[in-house]
Amino acid sequence: MTRATVLGAGVAGLCVATELVARGREVTILDPAPRPGPHGCSWWAGGMLAPFCEGETAEEPVVRLGQEAADWWARQGVAVARRGTLVVTLGRDRRELDRFARRVPGHERLDAAGLAALEPDLGGRFDRALHIPEEAHLDPRAALNVLRDRLERAGADFVAGSGRPDGLTFDCRGLAARDVLPDLRGVKGEMAVLRSADIRLDRPVRLLHPRFPLYVVPRTDGLFMLGATQIESDDRTRRVRSVLELLSAAYALHPAFGEAELVEIGVDARPAFPDNLPRLVRRGDTIHVNGLFRHGFLLAPALARRAAEAALQGTRPEFWHEDHS
Amino acid sequence: MELYGTEIASRLMLGTAQYPSPSVLAEAFRRSGAGIATVSVRREAGGERAGTAFWDLVRELGVRVLPNTAGCHSAREAVTTAQMARELFNTPWIKLEVIGHADTLQPDPFGLVEAARILTEDGFQVFPYTTEDVVLADRLLDTGCEVLMPWGAPIGTGLGLTNVYGLRTLRAQFPDVPMVVDAGLGLPSQAAMAMEMGFDAVLLNTAVAKAGDPAAMAEGFARAVEAGRLAYGADPMEPRDMAAPSTPVIGRAFLE
Repeated sequence: MTRATVLGAGVAGLCVATELVARGREVTILDPAPRPGPHGCSWWAGGMLAPFCEGETAEEPVVRLGQEAADWWARQGVAVARRGTLVVTLGRDRRELDRFARRVPGHERLDAAGLAALEPDLGGRFDRALHIPEEAHLDPRAALNVLRDRLERAGADFVAGSGRPDGLTFDCRGLAARDVLPDLRGVKGEMAVLRSADIRLDRPVRLLHPRFPLYVVPRTDGLFMLGATQIESDDRTRRVRSVLELLSAAYALHPAFGEAELVEIGVDARPAFPDNLPRLVRRGDTIHVNGLFRHGFLLAPALARRAAEAALQGTRPEFWHEDHS
Repeated sequence: MELYGTEIASRLMLGTAQYPSPSVLAEAFRRSGAGIATVSVRREAGGERAGTAFWDLVRELGVRVLPNTAGCHSAREAVTTAQMARELFNTPWIKLEVIGHADTLQPDPFGLVEAARILTEDGFQVFPYTTEDVVLADRLLDTGCEVLMPWGAPIGTGLGLTNVYGLRTLRAQFPDVPMVVDAGLGLPSQAAMAMEMGFDAVLLNTAVAKAGDPAAMAEGFARAVEAGRLAYGADPMEPRDMAAPSTPVIGRAFLE
């Protein structure tokens, strides 16, 4: 059987490679930097597998396909924490919580005691919250490394480089594929990582705010990922204002974050199409898997499976575009 | 409606921020028939022309672009942003925002007048985002502004027209100056009210972008703006305390 080539070792590329290997294909993964790291925007992801919360603004397919993600990642041996999501607001923005609740099915309303039972450190700070129990989270960097190790063990070749190989190719280069996908645009996201021993959270917490929305995703070793700005730009400069907003919002969520260690400030541009939905674009022997926007870890499994099925079994899945130009 | 010598068909202007996606934004414009799109350049620009892809999408809406200086907190910052916007969009139009208060995003009247003067002298056609204050309006007109954009309420609040008396006074004081009620509108009825009061147009963003169905809300606003404008031009009746039946009672046959 001929080898397939995957361009790009970010979350999309690794998920596609995993699905191909699972179908018995030999795979070469080609990336200028084939180890997961800060050069790719997957590295800066939050790792929330929160399809229902994303449905507040994202379209229906994100909610539906995103529900495949937690099981898929768990099957690959990635540690997936299935403890749901919490959503809170500061006192004067309470109506934001009602609006969010109207748009997000599957939530439970919590009072102060209910919130304290789930997250004791937030007890007494908010008198109500939403809990979306069916959601999960993972550590994206760990997840990328797990996929890479599994692929290597399964015989996949990781090759440092770029280029246009012959034969069946899956182009998962994200924003770097703008040379051939002119509809792609970058949407800038800035994030921060803090370390604090003074606060413990077991699940992602979203702070709704009309100007400075924030999510905090707990990781191991007292680390917390704060995210994320969403700016229509592919500028990759870490701006003071964005960091001020993220840190202020975290401080408002819990003052203990004021004493946390500032471990990291990250920035990258998410690849997005105009409808902010992903696409599978077929051009000759190449299938583009791109436009995952802010839903890389949430949607890559579903997209990867569909891309592999389309290539190997001839299906025509959702998001499929034939480009004969 | 004429703004700086340009005839604009629609009296609804929409902002371009906070939509779920550029496609939804485009659909909202299509259904609203809005003729002017405001675009923020301060934050998107970065060091260089990094926001290009999104700006291209805005240009493709096929409407007139009114770049703004949203997010600027000093006259100097606003002037620099305006100069960048002129280059990016090849237009002398600039919606001038100089924010004076972080919490309410209230315009800084002093910085606004200063920036309006500098920009007008530099050949810009300035659309100042202002309050309903008549003295400030007078000063802005003195600098050469030919259009005013008084707020309905603070940006993003959706409270509607919080100072109806002040807005009425402003409208009455400068009957010939095109005025666009900008910011604070949450519902089409509030836009209709502004139009009934004789304002020339309304500009809004959050009320549409953050609605569950932005395109439907955009159309709702478009119809309200049209209704309000028609009512204004139709010389509405005066409210009165005495009930006056629309059908005369005298001579009517009473059968039971």
